Amino acid sequence: MSTYSPSRTAAFPQSIEEGAAFAGRPLSFPASLLANGAGVFASVAWLGFGLSCLLWEDLGDWSRTHGLAVAAFIIAGVIFAVTLSGSLLGRFGTGLRKRAPWLLVLGLLLTVWEVATAKFAWLPLPFFPPPQAIIEVYTDDLPKLLDSVLASVKLQLGGYAIGAAVGFVTGVSIGWSRSVGYWVHPVLRFIGPLPATAWLPIAFFTFPSSWSASTFLIALATGFPVTVLTWSGVASVSNAYYDVARTLGAKPSFLVLKVAIPAALPHVFVGLFMGLGSSFAVLVVAEMIGVKAGLGWYLQWAQGWAAYSNMYAALIVMSLLCSGAITLLFKTRDRLLVWQKGVVKW
Amino acid sequence: MVALAVARRVSPAATGASLDVEGVSHGFDIDGTVLPVLDNVSFSVKPGEFVALLGPSGCGKSTLLRLVAGLEPPRSGTLREDGDPIRGPFPSRVVVFQDPTLFPWRTVWNNVALGLEAQGILKSQRHRVDAAIDLVGLPTFRNAYPHQLSGGMAQRVALARALVNDPRILILDEPLGKLDSLTRITMQAEIASLWQRSGFTALMVTHDVEEAVFLANRVIVFSDRPARIKADIAVDRPYPRHRGDAKLAELRRNILELLGLDATW
Repeated sequence: MSTYSPSRTAAFPQSIEEGAAFAGRPLSFPASLLANGAGVFASVAWLGFGLSCLLWEDLGDWSRTHGLAVAAFIIAGVIFAVTLSGSLLGRFGTGLRKRAPWLLVLGLLLTVWEVATAKFAWLPLPFFPPPQAIIEVYTDDLPKLLDSVLASVKLQLGGYAIGAAVGFVTGVSIGWSRSVGYWVHPVLRFIGPLPATAWLPIAFFTFPSSWSASTFLIALATGFPVTVLTWSGVASVSNAYYDVARTLGAKPSFLVLKVAIPAALPHVFVGLFMGLGSSFAVLVVAEMIGVKAGLGWYLQWAQGWAAYSNMYAALIVMSLLCSGAITLLFKTRDRLLVWQKGVVKW
Repeated sequence: MVALAVARRVSPAATGASLDVEGVSHGFDIDGTVLPVLDNVSFSVKPGEFVALLGPSGCGKSTLLRLVAGLEPPRSGTLREDGDPIRGPFPSRVVVFQDPTLFPWRTVWNNVALGLEAQGILKSQRHRVDAAIDLVGLPTFRNAYPHQLSGGMAQRVALARALVNDPRILILDEPLGKLDSLTRITMQAEIASLWQRSGFTALMVTHDVEEAVFLANRVIVFSDRPARIKADIAVDRPYPRHRGDAKLAELRRNILELLGLDATW
């Protein structure tokens, strides 16, 4: 906390001595309120959200309004307690305080959402369900939603793993061997830029099951960026590294496994990241069109029944899964490429 | 004395090999025409000798070192290590390049271990890696990554990475060319004492005449490209040498004259 920022020096201490005295004094209540402003306001915002749930009658028939209000009050209480606990809670406390501005905005948005949908229907109702309707989906339709999540994760993981593995091996081979490059490069050029979804109709009647067809498509969407970036990574390894390894007695297998691949790994991760993005798109489209399970299918199914709150609920889960997968990939990269810290800005 | 004992442990049986360069010519293809870089170069290096190669920039000295290392075959002529023709790279001939070219994804220890790992003998020889790192004075940086090292430290690691293999011929391609002058002076003395203790044959390209006469038994001076041998000068002074030695200063003047640079001296 800076005591000498312009706005504060105007309001509080007028000189350095006075400032030091001010910093030395234990904070009085209003002063501590100001210091923890964001946290306190966040708490108030969540309190407001809870009150907005109770203050007016619901326009529709939702069973979780009271529960939601109670949850909002609890969250408000927790934010308030953590804010005022100072450093007692260690990392959890600092983490929450750092995110206080976000919690504040979130509380405000939820309040507006609640009021604009459930209470006054400023947004047309079946299409814009209130928060409690979505909570209701999570509590009442949980088994089906979980099944869908499991199906999506299984399909995605299988396809992604195959695509990443094949792409990596292909990329290393093209980067390493001229003759492999001669044959694979034109094929890659011809097929690679085609969006994997364009294969959907063909894939669904040539493969024995819609599941295997989707796995193939997800693998294809993942494989192309992984191949191209692995290849460019291997191709851009400096000859000096190979010279050093060769004079030290390295055989070709050592040059590939211990020189080319580790040196190319930063590129490979860019490919894995891009592949993840495009494979999500294929996953959802495949589930909407052919596979009878998964979140994409759930979305489609909910739309068919005009169950709009189910759609939003599924969409939120989907986005959590996708961002979770990307976070996981980044964590893996940070662990494997720890040597890059300090070499490049990241 | 401790360092001496360590040196013995690193290289129990390191004795220098002889090197014969016989009528070697080499050139590069540039847009279909051959650019000659070495023209009928012949010389011999006795086991344990320290030979410095001097010459104008771009005359082909580094190319010669690549041929000695076995990284490329010569267009004509033969190179022999202890009488056997050199057909490819082998860990008895290790190169220290101008850039340390440490592998950035490996720690200092793992960089030094590279040669033993590539030869598949690391498991039983781990102590040699530790000894080599101690030898160049970096025991506290074992687990550091290359980007955490200064230029001089990185070049020391590169030296350790070479020495851990007990080379019979150490090939030095301007190893100190990119270091600041103070670090360079320190490392020249270190290389001299390492060479004396371990007994390997050393072949060093340098642009620094003072460095050449300070370190080497013999200085071979090359002409402009395509490189021919212009002079082969013995530096007959005992080690450890002193930079202020009048004899060395005289030799330096002679060599600069050969290179056509005596006017400013």
